[in-house]
Amino acid sequence: MSDHAAHGEHSHGFAHPAPVWQLIAVFLALVGLTILTCFQASLGLGELELILSLFIATIKATLVVLFFMHMIHDKPLNAIIFVSSFVFVALFIGFTLMDAHAYRDTVELKDVPSPRAIVAPAE
Amino acid sequence: MANDTATLDPAHAHGEHADGHGAHAHMPFQAHHFDDPEQQFDAGKLGMWIFLVTEVLFFSGMFCAYALYRSLHPEVWTFASQFLNEMLGAFNTGVLLFSSLTMAWGVRCAQLRQRTGLVICLAITLGCAAMFLGIKAVEYTHKWDMGLLPAGFYESQYLPGAHHTGLSSWLVRLCIIPGVLTVGFALWYLVTLIKGQKRHSEIAGPMLVTGLCFFLGAYLGIVIQSFEESSHGTISHDSHVAAGVDAGGHSDEPASRSPGDPLPEEIDQAGGAGLFFSIYYCMTGVHAIHILGGMVVLTWLLVRATKDQFNEQYFGPVDYVGLYWHLVDLIWIYLFPLLYLIK
Amino acid sequence: MSAVATSPTHSQPDSDNFLIYSKGFLSWALTLDHKRIGLMYLVAVMASFFVAGILALVLRTELLTPTEWFLTPQQYNQVFTLHGAIMVFLFVIPSVPAALGNFLVPVMLGAKDVAFPRLNLSSFYLWVGGAIFFLTALLYTGLDTGWTFYTPYSTTTRGPVVAATMGVFILGFSSIFTGLNFIVTINTMRPPGMTWFKMPLFLWATYATSIIQVLATPVLGITMLLLAAENILHIGIFDPKYNGDPVTYQHFFWFYSHPAVYIMILPGMGVISELMSVHSHKSIFGYRFIAYSSIAIALFSFLVWGHHMFTSGMANVASLIFSALTFCVSIPSAIKVFNWLATMYKGTVQLNTPMCYALTFIFLFTIGGLTGLWLGALSTDRPLHDTYFVVSHFHYVMVGGSLVGFLGGIFHWWPKMTGRMFNDLWGRVSCLFVLIGFNLTFLPQFVLGSRGMPRRYAHYVPEFQELHQLSTFGSYVLGAGLFIALGVLIHSLMRGKQAPPNPWGGATLEWQCSSPPPFYNFSHPPTVNEPYNYLPLQYHGEELGWEYVHPSHTAAPSIHPAPTKS
Repeated sequence: MSDHAAHGEHSHGFAHPAPVWQLIAVFLALVGLTILTCFQASLGLGELELILSLFIATIKATLVVLFFMHMIHDKPLNAIIFVSSFVFVALFIGFTLMDAHAYRDTVELKDVPSPRAIVAPAE
Repeated sequence: MANDTATLDPAHAHGEHADGHGAHAHMPFQAHHFDDPEQQFDAGKLGMWIFLVTEVLFFSGMFCAYALYRSLHPEVWTFASQFLNEMLGAFNTGVLLFSSLTMAWGVRCAQLRQRTGLVICLAITLGCAAMFLGIKAVEYTHKWDMGLLPAGFYESQYLPGAHHTGLSSWLVRLCIIPGVLTVGFALWYLVTLIKGQKRHSEIAGPMLVTGLCFFLGAYLGIVIQSFEESSHGTISHDSHVAAGVDAGGHSDEPASRSPGDPLPEEIDQAGGAGLFFSIYYCMTGVHAIHILGGMVVLTWLLVRATKDQFNEQYFGPVDYVGLYWHLVDLIWIYLFPLLYLIK
Repeated sequence: MSAVATSPTHSQPDSDNFLIYSKGFLSWALTLDHKRIGLMYLVAVMASFFVAGILALVLRTELLTPTEWFLTPQQYNQVFTLHGAIMVFLFVIPSVPAALGNFLVPVMLGAKDVAFPRLNLSSFYLWVGGAIFFLTALLYTGLDTGWTFYTPYSTTTRGPVVAATMGVFILGFSSIFTGLNFIVTINTMRPPGMTWFKMPLFLWATYATSIIQVLATPVLGITMLLLAAENILHIGIFDPKYNGDPVTYQHFFWFYSHPAVYIMILPGMGVISELMSVHSHKSIFGYRFIAYSSIAIALFSFLVWGHHMFTSGMANVASLIFSALTFCVSIPSAIKVFNWLATMYKGTVQLNTPMCYALTFIFLFTIGGLTGLWLGALSTDRPLHDTYFVVSHFHYVMVGGSLVGFLGGIFHWWPKMTGRMFNDLWGRVSCLFVLIGFNLTFLPQFVLGSRGMPRRYAHYVPEFQELHQLSTFGSYVLGAGLFIALGVLIHSLMRGKQAPPNPWGGATLEWQCSSPPPFYNFSHPPTVNEPYNYLPLQYHGEELGWEYVHPSHTAAPSIHPAPTKS
């Protein structure tokens, strides 16, 4: 457990202060990716767009997790715990979506009048 | 052996019971039941990561609802997303990313025992959080004025109705509490300056900045909003054009629409776009509540930072709050393209 | 006495035991000691159980006659909602993990406390707050949705759904914090020598439970939040009126609530693993299999939630997948049962109260588990769904499993918690009453269910009356058994003999500290042994109990209860 405890006086013990250049570089990369994702959204790529924007978002998320959240210096257990939560999210969303699409063929969008429609009938 | 005060605050009082603590027995913030500061830090960090797991699963419910209804009715999503202001969303993303940067920098300051640096970083983070909320307030109130509400209250955008112009009364109402707080912080800051209480002014100053940042955010939001509207015409009018329908009826449908697609009127109603806004408000609302919660713990950190309580052996709380703050940022990183960037 | 005992001698007065080291109401209300928090949970949880148990008797009494007797159908709905909701959210979920777990996890681990004592205390007060919120909501106008809050009924009924969901939300937080605390404690607070595979199986079970609590409960939180928003803001996600989908609600709800079933049963299984080994004085059979099966159950539990929805309009393909996966989860459960039985084989089984409850657990849980397979199979579930067969099945698991396991654990660790021995004869009598009463109550319900008696009905056809009456009389016997058990425990507090540190001959760490344990659990770091190695233990009579003897000091260690007076 205490494999880092034997550090010398001049080190920061178990702390791993991130260098400033790294923090700023990550921030700039994140801003750049945000601009990129806005740009790709304006291209009108259709089906591909969702995948692309999620892909960029995942790159951004990975940068945040690795550098801002210090995952690269963290214990592997913490990384495993965090990443495994997405397995359960996938399980949850996956099964629910699969089921909904399997039985929803017959269900159609239904008209629900909005409050203003009742007040002001169409001319 | 142990007395009541000892049970109340073990972090301060139980040092004398701890056998086998060795050289670290006098660490001021080491809880009695840990062997050394590193064990305490590791425990806290693991606990925080597990808490983040619960947060991820908490949000997964709403992402599930989102995925479900978007995959079932993609046309509703395309239609409704045009009412979201992409510029404001992108700007807010930038604000949150910057707050994440200052938060991570703050952790570095705590690890290096840079007291002033930590206070400044926390103050900027708090300011960014408030600015985010200010912009969000402008976005929300604009939609409330237009009747873009959750399904049960959704008002159709095609029907004649008084779309609001000028300063929203909702926005004014939302600004009451931040306004009162800002005035309070300003008074407190003045008092600390006059009395010369340096440490208190170091708390009151950032709080005042935070309050002001909310209004700066709201102002920027209004400016960006009006810029968008002037470049595209009013949103409400725009939507008719975008959907290819004029206010009188649906005579000139766009040629690209295939016969099987639902009519815009079928989308523009409580069970269509209303559902989108339900999910929009749930996701962004719960996210905003997390921002508010984050601001509370950041304030707590600020108070502790001014007391110079963090150092290379004890920086856990800053690190844990940082993890939480980055997760809130992380969720927004996904919310932004999923809600604002649908074309 | 030639042997060197590492456990403290019981003759010395323990002025620093955790019960009396400080006095006054605040010293309990604001305590950060995990043992006191555990005891507070125990009292609170047993009070909720008492209330919900009385409600169960009221329900059964109403069902003596096929027509209306003293409850209107509306009142009947409210009473079963109250019974189910209190039992699930206030009793079964926190019973073993929060009450016994809080007391035992750090002691068994050899730690001084849980990792986050303040979080632990706040978790208790969240429980109290949630319970008050919940009960007020339920009693105020009468919630009649059942404990599942199914939409669209829960969005249209005039009952206090919002307040109740907020209560559940708060209780969920309490459960998450307890689970989080245990995971961190077990991961980071193990003393030197306590490796993962030297941990008692109760800790493995608690760890598995905590994983479920942490992963599943947040989904319940968001479900309840969305349901509240549905009621207040009409967000329409679950409301067919706005093209929302009630089946989605069921997916959300069961993604938590099926794993929650394992939150209820896994700690009970952990308790039984301890009881089986200690009271057979034989090393647990297949330690690693039991440990891994706990984790396997925790992971499998996330894959089977759809079997609650076979008849609610789920697609056929999803039903097939969930049905197949449901059968998988029976494998680790069966592994445990076989290993418990093998543990007893050629052991020195002592039929004292905890062991009687443990055997009752195995008998009832096996019935409950096997009938679960019938419900997991699609073809048999269609006719049996929402009948008394389901009611009986989950009572066999929840009462026959969780409650009996909880009682067994209470009796097993009661001397450790209070420092008092109870009357073993009357303890065994209570167990007999519980066993007979329980089967009398719920075996007829299997028959009723397979003949088509639907659940949640206040009235029924007269042909069912005899079986219903049998069930009701059984419930009185069961109630009597539980009252006897309560009487035994209260009697022991007042008249019980002083308990030795190790009355049963357990080899896990909690038996190394005095009964009740001192404030800091261990006056000096405990020696970590094999948790189920009984060879170094020697029996010194009823007064002294069992003592741990270093193997070097004894030539021929005796594993049988052979008093060796010094």
